[in-house]
Amino acid sequence: ASCVQHRLVVRDASSLQLLQLYTCLDQIQYIEWSSDSLFILCALYKRGIVQVWSLEQPAWHCRIDEGSAGLVASCWSPDGRHILNTTEFHLRITVWSLCTKSVSYIKYPKACQQGVVFTKDGRYMAVAERRDCKDFISIFVCSNWQLLRHFDTETQDLSGIEWAPNGCVLAVWDTCLEYKVLLYSLDGRLLSSFRAYEWPLGVKSIAWSPSSQFLAIGSFDEKVRILNHVTWKKITELDHPATIASKKTIVYKEVEKSPAVDTERLSFPPTRELASSLFSTQSKYDISQVPVSLQYVKPVADRANPKVGVGMLAFSADNCFLATKNDNIPNAVWIWDIRKLKLSVVLEQLCTIQCFQWDPCQPRLAVCTGTSRVYLWSPAGCVVVQVPGEGDFQIVSLSWHSSGDSMVLLSKDNFCVCYLEREEV
Amino acid sequence: MGDWKTITVPVLSSDSKNIPSYTSERKISPPSMNSQVLRLSLPSSKNMHSFFSAFCTEENIEQSISYIDRELTTLGFPSIYAESKGKELNLISIINCMNELLVLQHKNLRAQEEVEMQHMKLGSDMDHLQNCYAKLKEQLELSKREIVGLQERDRQLQSKNRNLHQLLKNEKDEVQKLQNIISSRATQYNHDMKRKEREYNKLKERLHQLVMNKKDKKMAMEILNCVGRADGKRGAWRTDKTEARNEEEMFKVLLSDYEQRQKQLLLENAELKKVLQQMKKDIISLLPPQKQKPKEKSEDGLVMSDQEEDIGELNKENMWELSCETVREQLTNSIRKQWRMLKNHVEKLDNQVSRGHSGALNEKDVISREDHELETEKLELEIQQCKEMIKTQQQLLQQQLTCDDDTTLLLQDCYLLEERERLQEEWRLFREQKKNFEKERKSFTEAAIRLGLERKAFEEDRGAWLKHQFLTMTADCKSENATTPSAFLRSKYLVQIMFLHSSEPDIRLVKSASRQRKPPSVLSAPISAEPCQTSQYIAQNSVASEKPAADNMPNPWVESDDKEETE
Repeated sequence: ASCVQHRLVVRDASSLQLLQLYTCLDQIQYIEWSSDSLFILCALYKRGIVQVWSLEQPAWHCRIDEGSAGLVASCWSPDGRHILNTTEFHLRITVWSLCTKSVSYIKYPKACQQGVVFTKDGRYMAVAERRDCKDFISIFVCSNWQLLRHFDTETQDLSGIEWAPNGCVLAVWDTCLEYKVLLYSLDGRLLSSFRAYEWPLGVKSIAWSPSSQFLAIGSFDEKVRILNHVTWKKITELDHPATIASKKTIVYKEVEKSPAVDTERLSFPPTRELASSLFSTQSKYDISQVPVSLQYVKPVADRANPKVGVGMLAFSADNCFLATKNDNIPNAVWIWDIRKLKLSVVLEQLCTIQCFQWDPCQPRLAVCTGTSRVYLWSPAGCVVVQVPGEGDFQIVSLSWHSSGDSMVLLSKDNFCVCYLEREEV
Repeated sequence: MGDWKTITVPVLSSDSKNIPSYTSERKISPPSMNSQVLRLSLPSSKNMHSFFSAFCTEENIEQSISYIDRELTTLGFPSIYAESKGKELNLISIINCMNELLVLQHKNLRAQEEVEMQHMKLGSDMDHLQNCYAKLKEQLELSKREIVGLQERDRQLQSKNRNLHQLLKNEKDEVQKLQNIISSRATQYNHDMKRKEREYNKLKERLHQLVMNKKDKKMAMEILNCVGRADGKRGAWRTDKTEARNEEEMFKVLLSDYEQRQKQLLLENAELKKVLQQMKKDIISLLPPQKQKPKEKSEDGLVMSDQEEDIGELNKENMWELSCETVREQLTNSIRKQWRMLKNHVEKLDNQVSRGHSGALNEKDVISREDHELETEKLELEIQQCKEMIKTQQQLLQQQLTCDDDTTLLLQDCYLLEERERLQEEWRLFREQKKNFEKERKSFTEAAIRLGLERKAFEEDRGAWLKHQFLTMTADCKSENATTPSAFLRSKYLVQIMFLHSSEPDIRLVKSASRQRKPPSVLSAPISAEPCQTSQYIAQNSVASEKPAADNMPNPWVESDDKEETE
């Protein structure tokens, strides 16, 4: 599904054929599929309206108007029948039920990056709240929205919460002024708290490993600390230096190669393909010899939220690799082998990394840097894929299909779907 | 006596020449002559001449002789006068005195030489010592200067060190100060933040109230129709029961997670314990056993024996199944002890090797010890293998021995019995088959007889019918004109009849021939299937004498069958 201005376009994923077309009242800011893929919600933040469309019955419609409360965020509940709207200024979260037309409210939600999280199996929901300058967490049962637990956290200013994939542990981290990561069990007990250092800027990003065995914490000091789930103590620190000297690391460097133009075959006026190929530069990967020094960007010292530290973390689906991006070295993706806890590969690109995502089935990483190329890495090697087409297609973000066979590449105005062939065995 | 010396030298040197020529020039022995005579080299003959003439001349012979006599006597020599008062010279005494004087002169010369040698030596020694002294003085000077320089440097470095320490302290203080500043600022910020947040909360509350008050007309949900729940069930009321159930479910989830983790940890523990056990066994096997090493220290021996007992005990119990604290501790402690012993052993070996490298004798010992060890290990292995072999051989022997008495016969009997039974079985089957054959044969023969009779009847009928036809036809032909077609028909009928009667032996022969050629595969009638099978079966039970009989059996039987058929 994609939205264009005020229209919602639904296409088939394998053929991109147009299936449905819905029109909303105003420009759509956010769309989300329900968990059973039967409904799509379109949030119109400016109007404070959420419209829900059904795929099976195109004639069915539903509109939720928040009125003067305004709308800041909206999302589905895991059962696909409730919509949670966050009103403006984070006044409250309204839970609208599509089955019973009933409304519930959650007061004092916290205005932070990730305030509402659901467990992977969709049974429980954790909401971060703040009352009287203290942070609390409420755990609700998603089936009947009953409050299960309500406890306070020892954080100064909660910055985010995240469930472990096994649904039993909740990781809570503090604002970047305080390095503190707290781990709570499902019933609200504090299991452990982790603090690496006191004064410099703290946690920037957090990721759970898919088996819930590891919690990777990326911080502003350019290091990733990994905690294990048995003792909740740090097992290792992964550093991101600007110079890589280890011989066991493979560094792939993206190298531009300009295509050789056969001057005899130039025709006048030049054909379209020729024109595009002249101006588009090809690039490929080269293996650089260690030691390699990467491009290091010194952050501006006196600004808030400096571009320092490990800003992106992602575990691969088979729990074997961890991909990180150090914002100081914005052109490189670092891939760590979790089994050996060592750096295995560094991908050095020509432009700043915009987004990367692991394939949900295999250990394959797709990286985009804002150029019209998507980069794929797997333990077998890496490849540069050029998006064919006229003009520039600046890939800003990408997203894999849940089967791992295709992915969506998004630019500012367009999107395209990239299909990956399965290897014939 | 210097004067004396000066004069005697020239006299002695040219002895024979100068005895007559005496000079009285005793006074010409000035001190100047001393220096000249101190020279080791003898003066030249010219000087000698002058000396001799200087002392004794023709005028003062008597005086010089008396003088010489006086000198000699004062020196202790006998007088040169023959008598105490006379003027005659005692030549013998003169010669003796001269000889004595010569000897004395030689001695003196030698003494002088020695003294001069010593003098020279001392002089050179002194020079040497003076040089040494000078050098040492120089060295002393140098070292003094160095010391001074080094002291200076030391002072400088110390002062630098102090400065650096001071700087370090300053920096540390500054850091501490900054940290304090940061913490105080942080608390201040927190306080301010809290204040602002409270204000903000108040605003939010206000806003919330306003929003809630502005009646819900605007806030609505338009929905075309209610959607069923994803899982098809109806929504439940919120009651205490549901709350309790929620709690239960949550705890169940947590418990299952913990159980899973505990299982994993148990598995890990078990594996690790197994590994530790294995390691312990390996370490024990690596360590040399006590018997082979008489050279081992006694303490080790004692320790070993204790350890072996412990080991035996521990190994007997199934350690990995127990998981209580003491057992775990025992296991780890025992492994630690074993490891320490192994370490000691390895260190000892290292020492031995290093000692071996340094001394030749030790080498021999070391090598022999190592060789000894290796050899003893090899021998042990051999012994083990031999023992095992012996055991197995003993067992086999036992078997044989016991078998020779009764069991072998029994066994043999058993085998014979088995064979006999098998043979009996086969005989039984064979007889049964034979009976079956007989039955079948009988039935077949009956059938064949019947068939033959029927055929006969049929043929007779056919013949009758043909005759009838022929007769009718001839009757017709009589009425009509005799034509070739009727004659042809007639002849055809005749031919058929003839053929019937005449071709029987041919058919029979043909059939039997074909049968003989391929006995098992001709299946013209269902009758032939049975004999084929039986022939095959008999062929399989291969008793040579039976085979040709069997083969022969169906064929004549078939032939007879054919005969009966065709008749």
